[in-house]
Amino acid sequence: MVPNSLKINFVHRQSAHCESGVAANLLSHHGINISESLAFGIGAALFFGYFPFIKINGLPLTTFRGATGQILKRATKGLGVQAKRHRFRDPEKAMNALDRIIGQGIPVGMQTGVYWLPYFPPALRFHFNAHNIVVYGKEGTEYLVSDPVFDEPVVCSRTDLIKARFAQGALAPKGKMYYLTRVPDHVDIAMAIVRGIRDVCKTMLKIPFPLIGVRGIRFLARQIANWPEKLGESRASLNIGHVIRMQEEIGTGGAGFRFIYAAFLQEAAEILGEKRLLNISKRMTEIGDRWREFALFGVRNCKGRALEGNTYPAMADILLDCANQEDKLFRDLADLIS
Amino acid sequence: MRKKNVPQDSGILDRWHEIKYAIDDDGCYVLAPSVGWEPANIANKQAWELISKQLDDVIKRIQAQDLSPLAYYMVKNQMDIRLLAKYVRLSRWRVRRHLNPAAFRRLKTSILERYAKTFNVSTEQLFDVPESSIFDNGPK
Repeated sequence: MVPNSLKINFVHRQSAHCESGVAANLLSHHGINISESLAFGIGAALFFGYFPFIKINGLPLTTFRGATGQILKRATKGLGVQAKRHRFRDPEKAMNALDRIIGQGIPVGMQTGVYWLPYFPPALRFHFNAHNIVVYGKEGTEYLVSDPVFDEPVVCSRTDLIKARFAQGALAPKGKMYYLTRVPDHVDIAMAIVRGIRDVCKTMLKIPFPLIGVRGIRFLARQIANWPEKLGESRASLNIGHVIRMQEEIGTGGAGFRFIYAAFLQEAAEILGEKRLLNISKRMTEIGDRWREFALFGVRNCKGRALEGNTYPAMADILLDCANQEDKLFRDLADLIS
Repeated sequence: MRKKNVPQDSGILDRWHEIKYAIDDDGCYVLAPSVGWEPANIANKQAWELISKQLDDVIKRIQAQDLSPLAYYMVKNQMDIRLLAKYVRLSRWRVRRHLNPAAFRRLKTSILERYAKTFNVSTEQLFDVPESSIFDNGPK
């Protein structure tokens, strides 16, 4: 049985993205001290996908991150760390398993639906089911939670945590939890970095599916140019607003991810002793700034007062520019590490 | 983005900050806390305005006896029939039926409890619908 009160000595470090934050914090807890951006890069977290057939709050899904769990999966694989993952049908069993593992002093990462997390600011409570947190203890019926996108650790009641772990709908977590089981004495970070870069170049350039990677960005750009005609002004504005929320709202972020990746490239340059990566990092920063410009343009439509007539083609142009620049950047990056 | 340009427009994060990666004067990346960015705030507000509008529509239809109070809680919790059916583990057509005022009134307690538990309210509250959508979940 798990004692009623239990607190694992877990260091909460705030991060920009939930999954890379959880990965970095879990790895650091087990002695592999890496930054969020390094985990982000090794985990090959940069991604783009536009899936109009998956709806979130009735609007098409634009995602800047890969399948949930991918970052940790790739990071652990790259570093030779072993992790265990479980999914559950039965909430009782899911909570008992959680209690058992934290009872052994192991912090547990899990996928949750933010709608049910009581500490989330009300304005951010949407049905978004791919949020990652770490549970590192409990006090009575309250669980101690390190949610990496928040300044400090928080608490979450058992009832709320069950709801969050068994949130329904798109990307339902199904009680998914994970923890590290074995960490090697020596890890080859350089090798993991190269693998991470290779993986990202592959997803951004080589997936033979038009809605993913650089091709996906181009596809979205072409769609956006047609939205006002196809959907009407108000629907188009809602769609654009949704893209921007997916891009800029806490923890996701298209521009933000470019900046994290640029930070990773700086670290990689140092670790690999490869100066040319610094230049690519700089280009990545510029692309991130372009994405921010896109968001700035986009919200003018959300306010319902497009300044100089129709700004949709202008937005499409910015996106196309992002796609072209990223296309070139990932090709150069792939050449550099091959 | 430069560190000095990291936006500080509060709006949706309450007392929290988000972490932004930005470059310092030497071009090195640093982590900078931010209280938010206006474009993100505007996009967020737009999403809540939509929910609020849907809620107003549904309240009118409930007052006209066109829908049961269940519709209010469904929309308030940003759900549609498909999502709600998953949460209460009922078939979609049964949930659709429960949106009918007469069918909803005849529901047995065990089913009402499922709905109440999903929405974090009591079974009595399930029959209460406010006059208009003073939306307590939204920003501000």
